[in-house]
Amino acid sequence: MSYRIEGATGTWEIVVGLEVHAQVISHAKLFSGASATYGGEPNMHVSLIDAGFPGMLPVINAECVAQAVRTGLGLNATIHLESRFDRKNYFYADLPQGYQISQFAHPIVGEGKVLVELSDGTEREIGITRLHLEQDAGKSLHDQDPTRSFIDLNRAGVALMEIVSEPDIRSPEEAGAYLRKLRQILRYIGTCDGNMEEGSMRADVNVSVRKAGEPFRTRCEIKNVNSIRFVMQSIEVEAQRQVEIWEAGGTVDQETRLFDHARGETRSLRSKEDAHDYRYFPDPDLLPLVIEREWVDALRAALPELPEAKRSRLEAQYGVSRYESGVLAAEQTVADFYEQVAKASDPKLAVNWMLGDFFAALNRTGKSIEESPVNASGLSELLALIKDSTINGKIAKEVLEDMFETGESASAIVERKGLRQVTDTGAIESAIRDILAANADKLAEYKSGKDKLFGFFVGQTMKAMKGKGNPALVNELLGKILAE
Amino acid sequence: MRDMTLAAAREALAKREISAVELVDHHISTIEKLDGDINAFITTTPDQARLAAKAADEQLAKGEGGLLCGIPLGVKDLFCTDGTRTTAGSNILRHFVPPYESTVTANLLKQDAVFLGKLNLDEFAMGSTNLTSAFGSVTNPWKRAGDDKKLVPGGSSGGSAAAVASGMVLGATGTDTGGSIRQPASFCGITGVKPTYGRCSRFGTIAFASSLDQAGPMARTLEDCALMLEAMAGFDPKDSTSVDLAVPRYVDALERGVKGLKVGIPEEYRSEDLPAEIQALWEQGIAWLRDAGAETVKVSLPHTKYGLPTYYIAALAEASSNLARYDGVRFGERVPADSLDMMYEATRHAGFGEEVRRRILMGTYVLSSGYYDAYYLRAQKIRTLIQRDFLSAFEKVDVLLTPTAPSAAFAHDEKPTDPVQVYLNDVFTVPASLAGVPALSLPAGLDSKGLPLGLQLIGRYFEEETLFAAGRVMEKAAGFTHRPALFAGSAA
Amino acid sequence: MSLDTRTVRRIAKLARIGLDDQEAEGLRQELDGILGWVEQLNEVDITDVPPMIGTGLAKPRLRVDVVTDGGKREAVLSNAPDRADAFFTVPKVVE
Ligand SMILES: [Mg+2]
Ligand SMILES: [Zn+2]
Repeated sequence: MSYRIEGATGTWEIVVGLEVHAQVISHAKLFSGASATYGGEPNMHVSLIDAGFPGMLPVINAECVAQAVRTGLGLNATIHLESRFDRKNYFYADLPQGYQISQFAHPIVGEGKVLVELSDGTEREIGITRLHLEQDAGKSLHDQDPTRSFIDLNRAGVALMEIVSEPDIRSPEEAGAYLRKLRQILRYIGTCDGNMEEGSMRADVNVSVRKAGEPFRTRCEIKNVNSIRFVMQSIEVEAQRQVEIWEAGGTVDQETRLFDHARGETRSLRSKEDAHDYRYFPDPDLLPLVIEREWVDALRAALPELPEAKRSRLEAQYGVSRYESGVLAAEQTVADFYEQVAKASDPKLAVNWMLGDFFAALNRTGKSIEESPVNASGLSELLALIKDSTINGKIAKEVLEDMFETGESASAIVERKGLRQVTDTGAIESAIRDILAANADKLAEYKSGKDKLFGFFVGQTMKAMKGKGNPALVNELLGKILAE
Repeated sequence: MRDMTLAAAREALAKREISAVELVDHHISTIEKLDGDINAFITTTPDQARLAAKAADEQLAKGEGGLLCGIPLGVKDLFCTDGTRTTAGSNILRHFVPPYESTVTANLLKQDAVFLGKLNLDEFAMGSTNLTSAFGSVTNPWKRAGDDKKLVPGGSSGGSAAAVASGMVLGATGTDTGGSIRQPASFCGITGVKPTYGRCSRFGTIAFASSLDQAGPMARTLEDCALMLEAMAGFDPKDSTSVDLAVPRYVDALERGVKGLKVGIPEEYRSEDLPAEIQALWEQGIAWLRDAGAETVKVSLPHTKYGLPTYYIAALAEASSNLARYDGVRFGERVPADSLDMMYEATRHAGFGEEVRRRILMGTYVLSSGYYDAYYLRAQKIRTLIQRDFLSAFEKVDVLLTPTAPSAAFAHDEKPTDPVQVYLNDVFTVPASLAGVPALSLPAGLDSKGLPLGLQLIGRYFEEETLFAAGRVMEKAAGFTHRPALFAGSAA
Repeated sequence: MSLDTRTVRRIAKLARIGLDDQEAEGLRQELDGILGWVEQLNEVDITDVPPMIGTGLAKPRLRVDVVTDGGKREAVLSNAPDRADAFFTVPKVVE
């Protein structure tokens, strides 16, 4: 499992920490009453507070605080009942106030941890250093005009949670698994939609390399990487770059870098002379943020079941495997769907069908579970038909396909197409006898010891019965007749 | 009409002895006569004022109207006024027209006050002379006996103080960060109140130093200030530092008297540098209060001498950050340039005057990497000690009495060239600002050259009423009826 | 400590305030004077003294999460020194 880079001077280990910016789900912005909705006409979701007009003052949005606390609880982290907003001072075109209001010295959430699972089934714990609230900046558009950049402040002031991990990550795969797990938790709790394409989750990736047993070496920060795949790629190429520098006798400079995925390389974003001096100090427009223990407890009590707890429960309650619980609990909607089907039909049958034909059909039609033309009760009905022997499994696959196409119920399709399983022993026996008569040569071979032909007779019988014969009865009667 | 207080005008309006239109017209013509010499106004709004006066008269005729119905006021040009240019006395906001109204001015408009225009100030309220405005300096309406030199009105609310003193308005809004209401009130022979921090909303008022800025009234008398403060003050959910506390009727406190009141005389405010006349006036003030039944007690505020440097670090650090938004992008003036950073640098160099640039640099320095602890954090800790000084003094006494400023108004060309010497003007006013406690200045007498001198009363948090009561005793005893050389009608 | 002009330039750069050579030296002297004057604060014993954050009189307050603002683009853009339709503009930023 361990990820190593073999260099000329020896084996290198990589050390990675992630700072994830997650956009908080809320109606209004962190410090103003403007809409926090993504998109919209340029500069439409902007209050004079967001635009930093003279005399405008921030007031904290309670829901954004609640979302940060819920997330902290989901990360098994310490909640700080008193936290504070500081100003991070710097000039930039899309930073209207000339400072970002952020929690620097006293974040609302302290240390926590996240359990990640790797492809080989092993699990690792990644430490969370802190989670703090801050406001987003606006957006600069650089390709609209030959001499000017355009500024849209719709995002300016939207609440972000910055979630900082410990430098506990040791491979690109772990980084990917951590991000997927983090996104899963955020989506479960409903505090961030985790949509990296729309920028509602972005990662700053801190990478360094070292030889076994060494203390940390200098790290570089790769800014604003916007997909899990790019995070994994950027770690790979950045670690490789650093190894090459060290091995050539150079030193890695602590700097901010950019990942260019088209070229598959990272490059320096700003020179050292430009090093920022953010002049943090407590925002005098805001009081310290004080929350009550009881409020935190109420938020905790109202939290939904989290991924790990849900997996354990699914395993205990329905007897699904560890692997199956992982797939089912990936999304709450999938787990909910499964539980409805499992309760209405049979848990084992339900998991086999969902992870098999049902997901395959969704994949084929390019639909999410929310958009599925077959809902939980529809699938349950189909499985019930299997369970009570109305149809057999093979016919059921055909019925499911039909359900996806027509949206009709399983029983309607079975009736329309006459797919009911034949359990009349007389009809089955007569079908068997017809097949044996038509294949006298094969029957002779069977009798002389070629046992394998049993399956051939079953297949031929089923075919003659258009697949509707009850497979158990066909087997049983065929055995009896052959033994005559 | 030309020597009427705000309170007297209210009564005359209510009795329909005068109309609001007459009252406003009189003040507009006074502005036309005097402001060429004084330069208290950056912007006048006579047409709007006449319309508002007409509306006020209609209300008054029906026996209706708010607390300040038909009263002509001036607004320090630091309060944003919807649709009326608001400059902060700076080139960078020379053409800025806010699409919003500050809470304090909105509160005054709710009480049907009439605004005559926007009053001059030190640029971004940074100064105590009013010589740093991009719209020209303000001249104090007072003159030294036998001397025609132009004197400073004090600052930063110097335009407000000069406009009130000369009778161009019946009252004006001011803001006080380290003495900017009290010191110009003292220099111009009027009354000014800096309420408790959090009493008046800061929403829509251009920030200098957020943790210190407080709006307050400036007018001829305590009664006038009490009426204005009642209208200006109040809880504002849009300002997180605003305090949710009912606003009393301050006028009801005026005649409470001082019997049994304990008045503290801070030892540390005595100094050998203090001019004898000011020392004598201070003694006079003590005697007035004692004669009226107060007990005077010596108290110690041991950290007083650290007030000024503490103030400058805290205020300038905040200012350097508050003024970062003036970058030529969303509002204000821009100096075009080829790159973003060159545009910022050119815009901010041209847009800000010398003193503002100096203060921004100073504030940036004390927050910069490696200096935060040594300067900013240390200053905030000393602020705690200064606050504790006041809290323990107020365990023993109800109010404190001090001089307002260490000098009377000085001439434009007598301003020291050393910035530190200029900062010393605020030595008596800054400690109350640092602690956030309320304070007022009232005119107590004239110096030997005929210039007004003020005394300062400092009170407990939210006990402005006690200040009004104690101040009223002194106001009566002082009987300050002197009027400046430039006064409504007299300069014709 | 005494301030040098390099520091003055660095600070001016941080504050995005343009400086010419003459100004840099003048400001160096003035800032140096002010810093010398505030040096007296080092006399004060601040052991175990917390920094003052507000007066402690206002109660921490949170806003309810409802959209009450925005949708006034013309007001937001009305003072812009340069605009392009619905956008503010700055000199082109090369990233
Ligand atoms: Mg970061
Ligand atoms: Zn951040």
